[in-house]
Amino acid sequence: MRKLLSVAIILITGFVFIGRLFYMQVVDTSFVGLSENNAISVDYDYPQRGYIFDRNGELLVSNQPSYDVMAIPRDIEPFDTLEFSGLLNISIERLEKQLDKAKIYSPRLPSVIVPQLTKDEFAFLQEKMRKYEGFYIQKRSLRDYKTKNSASELGYISEVTNAEVDNLPYYKSGDLIGRSGVEKQYEEVLRGVKGVKYTQKDRFNRNIGPYKEGIYDTLPVKGKDITLTLDAKLQAYGEKLMQGKHGGIVAIEPSSGEIISLVTAPTYDPALLVGRKRSKNFTKLWYDTINKPLLNRGLQAMYPPGSPFKALTGLIALEENVIDTKETIGCHMGFRYGRKSKMGCHSHASPLSMTPALAQSCNTYFAKSYRRVIDKYDKASDGMDAWSNHLKSFGLGGFLGNDLPVGQPGRVPNGDYYDKWYPGGRWTSTYTLSNAIGQGEVLATPIQLANFTAAIANRGWFYTPHILKEIDDKPIKDEKFIQKNQTTINREHFDPIVEGMFGVYEYGTARFLQIPEVEICGKTGTAENFTKIDGERTQLTDHSIFIAFAPKDDPKIAIAVVVENGYWGSRFAGRIASLMIEKYLKEEISRKDLEKWVLEHSLEEEYAKPYSGEPFRINQ
Amino acid sequence: MGKSTEIDWITVFLFIILVGFGWMNIYSASLNEASTGFFDMSQTYGRQALFIGLSLILIVFILSVEAKFYERFSSVIYLVALLSLLGLFVFGRTISGSTSWYTFGSFSIQPTEFAKIAAALALAKYLSDIQTNIKTFKHQITAFGILFLPVLLIMLQPDPGSAIVYAAFFFPLYREGISAGYLLVFLSFGALFVFTLLFGSIWVSIGVILMALLVLFINRKKKRKHYIRYILVTAFSIGFAFSVTYIFENVFKQHHRDRFNLVLGKEVDSHGIGYNTRQSEIAIGSGGWTGKGWTQGTQTKGNFVPEQHTDYIFSTVGEEWGFLGSSILMVLFVCLLLRILFLAERQKSQFSRIYGYSVAGILFIHFFVNIGMVMGIFPTVGIPLPFFSYGGSALWGFTILLFIFIKLDSNRKNYQF
Repeated sequence: MRKLLSVAIILITGFVFIGRLFYMQVVDTSFVGLSENNAISVDYDYPQRGYIFDRNGELLVSNQPSYDVMAIPRDIEPFDTLEFSGLLNISIERLEKQLDKAKIYSPRLPSVIVPQLTKDEFAFLQEKMRKYEGFYIQKRSLRDYKTKNSASELGYISEVTNAEVDNLPYYKSGDLIGRSGVEKQYEEVLRGVKGVKYTQKDRFNRNIGPYKEGIYDTLPVKGKDITLTLDAKLQAYGEKLMQGKHGGIVAIEPSSGEIISLVTAPTYDPALLVGRKRSKNFTKLWYDTINKPLLNRGLQAMYPPGSPFKALTGLIALEENVIDTKETIGCHMGFRYGRKSKMGCHSHASPLSMTPALAQSCNTYFAKSYRRVIDKYDKASDGMDAWSNHLKSFGLGGFLGNDLPVGQPGRVPNGDYYDKWYPGGRWTSTYTLSNAIGQGEVLATPIQLANFTAAIANRGWFYTPHILKEIDDKPIKDEKFIQKNQTTINREHFDPIVEGMFGVYEYGTARFLQIPEVEICGKTGTAENFTKIDGERTQLTDHSIFIAFAPKDDPKIAIAVVVENGYWGSRFAGRIASLMIEKYLKEEISRKDLEKWVLEHSLEEEYAKPYSGEPFRINQ
Repeated sequence: MGKSTEIDWITVFLFIILVGFGWMNIYSASLNEASTGFFDMSQTYGRQALFIGLSLILIVFILSVEAKFYERFSSVIYLVALLSLLGLFVFGRTISGSTSWYTFGSFSIQPTEFAKIAAALALAKYLSDIQTNIKTFKHQITAFGILFLPVLLIMLQPDPGSAIVYAAFFFPLYREGISAGYLLVFLSFGALFVFTLLFGSIWVSIGVILMALLVLFINRKKKRKHYIRYILVTAFSIGFAFSVTYIFENVFKQHHRDRFNLVLGKEVDSHGIGYNTRQSEIAIGSGGWTGKGWTQGTQTKGNFVPEQHTDYIFSTVGEEWGFLGSSILMVLFVCLLLRILFLAERQKSQFSRIYGYSVAGILFIHFFVNIGMVMGIFPTVGIPLPFFSYGGSALWGFTILLFIFIKLDSNRKNYQF
């Protein structure tokens, strides 16, 4: 017995130790990461972010170096704080505060002491840095905007959040990531691939050579340059015209689906969201809830499309064979469809067939056509579905699938939609009559308006609008953007509609907006709209809406313009569309007085009305 | 009767493997850019190679001495060891807080590493004396005295780690018949000590009183009740608890307190005092199944574990050889210890048996405390891992300790009463 105790103690100890080793080395894997954090430092070599060019090869966005003064607190040797703070151009108190902060963050990891020095400050400081142990200069690359326009479309970059670091394995704390616009959409193309260098460290955090002779190290791959479909000159002109107005302009090249211009107003200078000032400026923009400069109205704002919608109503009526181009419909200042119900109309010649009815924007004609489409089916609900499907083939009532990270689906109601409103199918075509003229329940974003305009210009098909033209000078090959989308409307039905839109300029609602030597087709729109003031539905001044394409027989540009509360269609939107088309096709503006009128007229007063707290009048 | 000498080659073989494997790990732990070759004397591993070479000469010397010599001269050896420990107070050199070294030029020697051999010999000699009966209190006191003298001198250096090693002599004492009650008392005081540090003397006192009442309650049917005994034990325990607090607060130095607090989980600080243990745990834990490979340990290369080539050498094994390598090392140590116990049991001479048990005990305590510390189970107590840790004194001390026993064992058939 006495012999066995020692043996037992030895054996038990052996087992306990082996068990403990098994736990530490095999079961608990947390030590591996700890030892790597400890002993291997990972240095990233950041590649240049890709440049962004416009469709004509004009450089829009490049990079600028920026220099941060960094410090690793435990490596800092005593130094002359007075001299150093002088070199850094900050006060001693500030320097000491920054150092304390760095120490609290981590004594072993680098912290930024002074961010984003200019090139000159850097050059001056560089030679003297040797004297200050524990400090060094970290070069970073920030965006350098060569344009003051297109802020919302280009987007911006900023440091990744902690949540992103956790979820996206590529990103490490301090990395930059595209936040909006093209920067976000094409983040992976633009960012390139960073290089990695593993360095073996000793316990003083000193380098003692590459880890495993560098077999895991990689070289950085430069980000790819991209060419956008935007025309920088047109962007600048569009933003200039939209000054003092809220709204959006979207111009598309019908033959390719390329977005030539995408303007949202109000906007901001992209340089505001670069570097040191970024977060302060962003906060300012974010809290501007009246102007909402961060909202891309071209993509995100849903408006009732108004009269331009009549072109589609006409097309559907022809396709559904409920009317022909010869039939004339009389209009006596409106359409009475019930004992007390009447849809008003303005004064014009009567009766009219389809082409002049479109040119004159006759409400009665299109309301009747719409009714016939819905009533063609036994159930209003089925008629509504047929109508809705035609519209959806134009890219309405759903996301377009373009290559911009924000958007809205708009709204095209179908049978179900009204069945929910009027349970048991107790509704008829007249309940939804406003849809015929682009009011009622229909909503669309400016890019959807521009897209269906392009489809009309093409007489029946369109490419999904896109903003990317080339990557590293090679045209994009994305299936989505090089495949035609056919609408449900037969090719032959487009001619009377195109003629009607041509008539808008020739003798219709936009005759004073003709461009010399260019045959343009367009359609005005004046959309009633409402807001809530203190919980009460209040009507505001109409939105001024315009769609157009030109030239008539070989369309180079299809455009949609929405000016919020701009009153009637040709007043603001029509003028702006006309000027934009001229600028794009001829580069020179011949109608200086027209341009002057647009530039001098601001709607700021109109926008202030709902916020004034006082009663106000609309449509003045 | 012809003299036969049978060296136990199994033990020698285990010794060679441990020393060789130990050197490989010292090489890895101390490798740096300035290295020129395996035997570069400016390098730690080069000097260890020299120490190993010299220990071979020692072995030859030990084995060639008459086996009887060790028994006969044990008292003299013991006295010399005590004098060398005493001499430290006059001639000793203080390195990191403890006066444990004699220095001759660039060469230092630590008598503590040899004193335990002397104590083992002296204890064996005393217990094997025909007049000694370990069951009597008087002889127990003398035996404890033999061990207590070097412990006292070592505590005064102060080198508490080396003093703990003397707990090893429980192995031979118990084998020779001392009551297990001593162990029980020893363990009870250990538990009291730990609980006092954890919960404070007041709570421990309340606990002791409750415990006494409970025992009294269980024994209530017994006719003779030793009330006086209960009261004495309770009072002594409470007194002990309070004196632990007093000693801890007033006698211990801060770094002693820190070590205890850390192991008891009262403080967590991976950058301050717990740094060594934390880094050593990381090194071992990151080894995985098969380790990172010899000289490939990132913790080892980066010198994250302080004292890695000496007391923390096992962390290199854990990191570079993984679970496989380190558990094989555990098995090797267990085999060596069990082999020594086996050899001890086959001795005809009581002296050899007691000495054998002492050798096993000393090696075991070193193994137990060192590995436990490196794996973070025990407080940081700086004692070397036998045959593994860097250092001439330690290596020679263990070599002499072991080979005297091998010599005694080889001579067992010539033993005459």
